[in-house]
Amino acid sequence: MNAPEKPRQKTRFDTIGKPRRRVDGRAKAIGQQRFADDLVLPRMLHAKLARSPHPHAVIESVDVSRARAHRGVHLVLTGADFPVPYGIMPVSQDEYPVARERVRFVGDPVAAVIAVDEQTATEALALIDVKYRPLPTIASPEEGLANPEPRIHDYGEQGNIHRNQSYEFGDVEEALAQSDRVFEDLFFYEGNTHLPMEQQASLASIEGDGKLLLETSTQNPHYLHRQLARVLQMPTAHIRVIATANGGGFGGKCDPGNHEFVVAKAALMLGRPVKICLTREEVFYQHRGRHPVLMKFRTGVTKDGRLTAIHLQTLLDGGAYGSHGPASTFYTGVLTPVTYELPRFKFEACRVFTNKPACGPKRGHGTPQPRFGQEVQLDKIAEALGLDPAEMRLKMVTKPDSLTASWLRVGSTGLAECIRKVVEMSGWRARRGKLGPGRGLGLACSAYMCGAGVSIYWNKLPHSAVQLLLDRSGQVTVYCGATEIGQGSDDVLAGLTAEALGIDPVNVRVVTGDTGITPIDLGSYSSRVTIMMGNAALQAAARVRELLATAAAEALDTLPDRLVFSQDRVFAAEDAGKSMSFVEAIAAAEAKFGTIASVGSYAPPKPPGKYKGAGVGPSPAYSFSACVVETEVDPVTGWVTVPKIWVAHDIGRALNPILARGQVIGSVYMGLGEALMEEQAFRRLPPKLSSALVHRNPSMLDYKSLTSLDMPEVEVALVEEPDPNCPYGAKEVGQGPLLPVMPAVANAIYDAVGVRIDEVPITPDKVLAALARKAKGEAPRVGPESFPGVPYPQATFVLPPWEGGDGNELKGRKAA
Amino acid sequence: MDAPTNAIESAAARGPATERRNVLLRLRVNGEDAEAYVAPYKTLLEVLREDLGLTGTKHGCELGECGACAVLLDGEPVLSCLELAVQCEGRAVQTIEGLARGAELHPLQAAFADLGGSQCGYCTSGMVMTAKALLDRDPAPSRERVKEALSGNLCRCTGYQQIWESVEEAARALRMEKQEAKP
Repeated sequence: MNAPEKPRQKTRFDTIGKPRRRVDGRAKAIGQQRFADDLVLPRMLHAKLARSPHPHAVIESVDVSRARAHRGVHLVLTGADFPVPYGIMPVSQDEYPVARERVRFVGDPVAAVIAVDEQTATEALALIDVKYRPLPTIASPEEGLANPEPRIHDYGEQGNIHRNQSYEFGDVEEALAQSDRVFEDLFFYEGNTHLPMEQQASLASIEGDGKLLLETSTQNPHYLHRQLARVLQMPTAHIRVIATANGGGFGGKCDPGNHEFVVAKAALMLGRPVKICLTREEVFYQHRGRHPVLMKFRTGVTKDGRLTAIHLQTLLDGGAYGSHGPASTFYTGVLTPVTYELPRFKFEACRVFTNKPACGPKRGHGTPQPRFGQEVQLDKIAEALGLDPAEMRLKMVTKPDSLTASWLRVGSTGLAECIRKVVEMSGWRARRGKLGPGRGLGLACSAYMCGAGVSIYWNKLPHSAVQLLLDRSGQVTVYCGATEIGQGSDDVLAGLTAEALGIDPVNVRVVTGDTGITPIDLGSYSSRVTIMMGNAALQAAARVRELLATAAAEALDTLPDRLVFSQDRVFAAEDAGKSMSFVEAIAAAEAKFGTIASVGSYAPPKPPGKYKGAGVGPSPAYSFSACVVETEVDPVTGWVTVPKIWVAHDIGRALNPILARGQVIGSVYMGLGEALMEEQAFRRLPPKLSSALVHRNPSMLDYKSLTSLDMPEVEVALVEEPDPNCPYGAKEVGQGPLLPVMPAVANAIYDAVGVRIDEVPITPDKVLAALARKAKGEAPRVGPESFPGVPYPQATFVLPPWEGGDGNELKGRKAA
Repeated sequence: MDAPTNAIESAAARGPATERRNVLLRLRVNGEDAEAYVAPYKTLLEVLREDLGLTGTKHGCELGECGACAVLLDGEPVLSCLELAVQCEGRAVQTIEGLARGAELHPLQAAFADLGGSQCGYCTSGMVMTAKALLDRDPAPSRERVKEALSGNLCRCTGYQQIWESVEEAARALRMEKQEAKP
């Protein structure tokens, strides 16, 4: 009987596609939403971390005796209390909750104080005596390449190189040699940080059954759960992690944080609740944000503007720890072939350790940097070939259900429609190049994945699981480990469950992000939640629907597959007069089958690529975006004003259009901030203050982000090409629309004043420098001038699908 | 020793600097009298959250940079992280918890919930209170006026647009209410 599967092919909806108050909207509007730092428990103590003032040093001794003796201090922890390292990725277990022998950036924790209140803990920090032996600081990837010693870590490829890799899909040099034109360009993307409004906070306590509970602002309770068990050397099942509602994540709360292990350990040792909340300055040093990336693109084209090959080289500034670095390194290249047809592709990437806060995943994870380079280079290519940048792109968008040279499967795509939409909305054809002095339009496109096809730790298990429990009271409770970070995942879960069961979403109770109660979902990263949790939810809902339909059919004297579930009722399809309430249907099913519950789970399809490394990049579906930005550039000050942005996003289907539009505009906002001002940059303190490498602007005042006054109006088009791999066709929307913004800004600045700023952020000083060069008749460009010699390894060579490849590496085929 | 009569007096009458003694603070919070013995160094934000249990007011920086902690002090929007609590003795404080009319949301709250003005919700309390101060003064603000009034409140989720729309919708609803209230 296939009736229960039918709801997944629904095309007429009660809930989906209709603007609706999100399920957590009320709590947030009245201040009732409980974030981690809002939690208070009786006898609660407070923790503070002592942090290294040195960017790189050996810890010779830590004397905490004075701190321990301070009135009100209950416990002081040092590296000696934490013998086991951790790290989000199995290949980068290189961090300790408190540093043991070495500090690797200014801000590395060296001790933790647990005291009666924050004030007392802060006082005690000053009583900790740490003796350091400073080591030379590695401040940049170039310095890291030039100085294999001292090694920041004793693992990695060599010296201070953390990851180093090379892939070649078809003979790229041959393709470049046969191209009509080859363009070579360098780009630099400065690092920036998530800046969530909520500072990370955690509360650890011991529950009545003696087990550990950690309530914490995390995007990934599941991965944290595993790492806690590892570090604390406890059975995982004796630990419960509750991801409290996150006050913004953007990737910054994906890594386990030192503070989370510290409060957990302290609570276990003291038998009392222990809370910590990071200061804003600490959040800047916790970081795990956008990697600074230097890029070199060598791109071959035909004279009519089709790509023949790209040779992309990237160099990442990884900061002091591995974090998600191995994945980040891949992401600086693997999605490059998804957007446009690209017959051959070579991708070399290198991540270097430096003595700065670790970089990691931020919205778009590793892909905004090469997207910026590629889309600006395409603008240059279009100009050189005398082509319209929109038309050129339209002619080469990837086809639906095609493979890339690197063996990624592109399923549905609405990119062409996205381009047409933004061209139309912005008046591109009539206005580009014709707006007058200092004003311009720029266009760019992008693609993003709907969930990573492979888990962070290798396994064959589901990526998301949902449990559904119904009872005669009419209560429908849906449980999932997914994590609400503001993006609306709880609302997606309620909306999909409600739609599948034909009930009002307000009648669905959502329980999420609690490893003690909810089935496992891998977390809020890689734009995976809607697709993976959603598919699991639809499977669970289909299973209970089958039970309800069987019981209801008997009562209504019809067949189960002739029933319609809608508006909190169950109808006989041929006679709407024959119906019962949804609550009655539950009772009928409960009488017939016993307690009504179900589970659903989801694992992504197996990726077509079989070469080692093929696991990064595959996704059940890809979203696509196109964007046009308008700029006004003041030639006297170099100030760039953006009066308007048009963006079209191929979302597959908008589940709740209010939330979908919010994700698009929010992405555009964050991308515009990265384009114009946001930078996580570092400086040396003056020699009399130690010369230490410190964050240049670790405050919300000095780290510039767009305010309400800076933000332009954004006109959004949602392109809905339902994807068969996605729940009711819905693809991701939380990250993709950020990607085209930065290159579109750069391209619009070129249209406005004829200068190329080949790096972000595009600050007024760079615009002025480029304008000055232009006035002197020099190349009107600001950007990186050279790419260092990186010892990339010999490439893993794989033939593209159209050259007879089978997705495996071709060994010995070609020397790099 | 006589019990201190108010926060400022008790702060002044406090013992040596090393001695921690809380002081009595009296406020009028959301229309009700509230009093607590609080550490004299605490900000209004800390007293609201830690001593009065009103955690609806958030902190994003505790340095006056982000606006998440905005409350109304005698009707004026202030950053509660920059107000020393003892200096608020006897004054009226309105927080997000005091905005709803019983179980019914204030039009600003309803609009933020319905129109995407709130995503993660962390900036929402400060946004809503700042917007309340604006609408109290200007019931029909222009878009530019809304943008300006909220320019001290950072939001990292929304890109502000749905916040502006929420404030404008709430302004319309409040004007309607006022019309209907007229005899």
